[in-house]
Amino acid sequence: MKVAVLKGGRSLERGVSLRSGARVEDALERLGHEVLPLEADGELVKRLLDERPDVAFVAMHGRGGEDGTTQELLEILGIPFTGPGVAACARCIDKVLAKHELRGAGVPTPDWFAFNETAFRELGAADALGGLEERLGFPLVVKPSRGGSALGVKFAESWFDVPEALVSAFSYDDRVLLERFVEGRELAVSVLGGEALPVVEAIPREGDSYDFEARYEIGRTSFICPAQLSETESAAVIEAALAAYRALGCSGFSRVDLILAADGPQVLEVNAIPGLTDTSLLPQAAEAAGISFEDLVGRILELAGAPARA
Amino acid sequence: MSEPPHRRRAHARSSDLERYAGLFAERTRVMRSSAMRDLMAVTARPDVISLAGGLPDTSTFPPQTFAAQMTRIAQESAAEALQYGPTEGFRETVDCILEVMGAEGMLPDPDDVIVTTGGQQAIDLICKTLVDPGDAVICEAPTYPGAIPVFCSYQADTIQIECDSEGMRIDELEATLERLDTEGRRPKLIYSVPTFQNPAGVTMSLERRRRLVELARSRELLVVEDNPYGLLRFSGEPLPPLYQLDGGDFVIYIGTFSKILSPGIRLGWAVAPPPVMEKVVLGKQAADLCTSTLTQYFVREYFAGGIWQGYVESLAEIYRGRRDAMLGALRRYFPPQASWTEPEGGLFVWATLPPYIDTSDLLAKALRDDVAFVPGQAAYVDGRGRNSMRLNFSAGKEDEIREGIRRIGKVVAEQVELYGALTRDGTDPHMPAGEAEDMGGIDSPSNPSPSISDSSEADSTVIPFRKAEGA
Repeated sequence: MKVAVLKGGRSLERGVSLRSGARVEDALERLGHEVLPLEADGELVKRLLDERPDVAFVAMHGRGGEDGTTQELLEILGIPFTGPGVAACARCIDKVLAKHELRGAGVPTPDWFAFNETAFRELGAADALGGLEERLGFPLVVKPSRGGSALGVKFAESWFDVPEALVSAFSYDDRVLLERFVEGRELAVSVLGGEALPVVEAIPREGDSYDFEARYEIGRTSFICPAQLSETESAAVIEAALAAYRALGCSGFSRVDLILAADGPQVLEVNAIPGLTDTSLLPQAAEAAGISFEDLVGRILELAGAPARA
Repeated sequence: MSEPPHRRRAHARSSDLERYAGLFAERTRVMRSSAMRDLMAVTARPDVISLAGGLPDTSTFPPQTFAAQMTRIAQESAAEALQYGPTEGFRETVDCILEVMGAEGMLPDPDDVIVTTGGQQAIDLICKTLVDPGDAVICEAPTYPGAIPVFCSYQADTIQIECDSEGMRIDELEATLERLDTEGRRPKLIYSVPTFQNPAGVTMSLERRRRLVELARSRELLVVEDNPYGLLRFSGEPLPPLYQLDGGDFVIYIGTFSKILSPGIRLGWAVAPPPVMEKVVLGKQAADLCTSTLTQYFVREYFAGGIWQGYVESLAEIYRGRRDAMLGALRRYFPPQASWTEPEGGLFVWATLPPYIDTSDLLAKALRDDVAFVPGQAAYVDGRGRNSMRLNFSAGKEDEIREGIRRIGKVVAEQVELYGALTRDGTDPHMPAGEAEDMGGIDSPSNPSPSISDSSEADSTVIPFRKAEGA
């Protein structure tokens, strides 16, 4: 089968996408497929039309690839593709929208407020920030609504940190959210075809849970898989993760990030197309379940309606 | 199943990674990757106007000259040029080096010179020779971003001394040395780029040069003077290098052909007192036996032509125009809350924004407008420099530079305006007038993340400060 691997693009997660893509290409070759590596640039549609692949493996992260744009194009072209569909991608990429959906479906997620730039520039929203302390309390986390990894995520310990954190977050998106900081264990549940893979726990090595950049650096955070959870904890975490996956309409595969607080799990976000690099969490979870990377790629193809092997 | 031989090895599985992790040396723990590295990966997109690199312009080097020289080498010295050479480098290369150093008033003993694989290797070899884990190494704040990974890989305790418009603050250096004294510690080296510093563009004043050299002499400390840009002066009077002031007892000198000829030939050098040189040569032997023989032959041929100084002058002329284009664009497009240095030479301008702007985040925003710069944090080991940026003017054409600055100015202005709206106050409470002399060494001491190690971003230069018009 001819499998196009879509990678790169203009998003800030371009580097991760290129690494995910390269690894997927290797696996597809080993599965005996004809691999067509495609950089997501101005020639993408033309090349898809010329080459007419049987299926597209979307190995793109962030805007353009994980937000439904590419998926929409593939639908128009009639090319089946891996991972979640247009609507699920559009919901997942936008943390604010995702949180509304989660709350609507009764999935626990930390309290938040969202603002867009216009609110501050034109409506004087700064005056409304005073209510934050009362409604969310400090510390709180400031995030761009659409953004990957730790970029632009800032921790505000007090009122004084908020304007600066907002300026940073607005560098990535014109909408940001201020979210109640939930203390607890950081967990990631990868979902493959509607079933949860073993839970991964991220433990910051240097004990600074407020340093968001550290979480993505090898050596500064250790990842434990499967996470050491009691049966009750594990059941609650997986239930919340699957509920989030369904609430956002995901299919194929995705990764749900959550915090396990004293009073139970709280879902932070869902990554529609999580990283597939050699340090990414989804492949790690699959491996803990006895699924090799090759089998994982094959299974993802099957979930897109294509045979795993050529 | 057989794989084509050129294919990338199948990627390691995560369990393998853990297995390798157990083998990594302790020093790799300080070699960090970070979110910023991902950002820098995006700056390499072809449609981006990059003011982030440190690339000299090699486009005006005459191809005919290049072809003629390489042909002559092939015809007359093929066997020698393809052979190993001495670890210290050829005497003929050293003669070229003496010519270059002579042009700046230095007359080292040829036996004190070693030819290295770029100036970068000289930094590495000197650290290899002098620095044990935990040793104090002193450098400027900000410092050359490419030196930071070297200090980190030798597990140095890197201490950065604030710079102002006259270069490293010697009073602060003295205070630091006093403090180290009371702790019973003696820094192994003081690393400085005194002329057209990378990244700040500033040049150390003559008075401070004298004080630094005296301080080194009286305390018997080694200063490492890295001088890639000294000959690229556009205005002002040349100042004597530290090496010349000291005579070479306590100053180790690093030079390079990268900015006066070509970075691609990877030819640099170090000059050190004989006991130090002896160890450096052993280190070099272990590292790569000798510097490329072929490119040493190229430099020898090129210098024999007697045109090298004219070529450097032509480069300086091109860079002067580009610097002026950048400074003009900064005055026109940057908001009054910004300040920047005005270099008299070199490759870089250092711009400082109000403290509430994090230039790593700003870079993400700027990349949406297809323009890039180096966030100031890359020039610090301790998370400072968050509101500064390094801007290169040697690599792009004048209109590209103007357009790049216009785009950056636009996103900066947006941030300033937004902060004003957020605080309901157009003025910046952090930055009273007159604070523009600050090189960006303000701000919270937080997570250290030395990161940029790409050679294109690694190489840099210096400039003096000046507040934006109307500020």
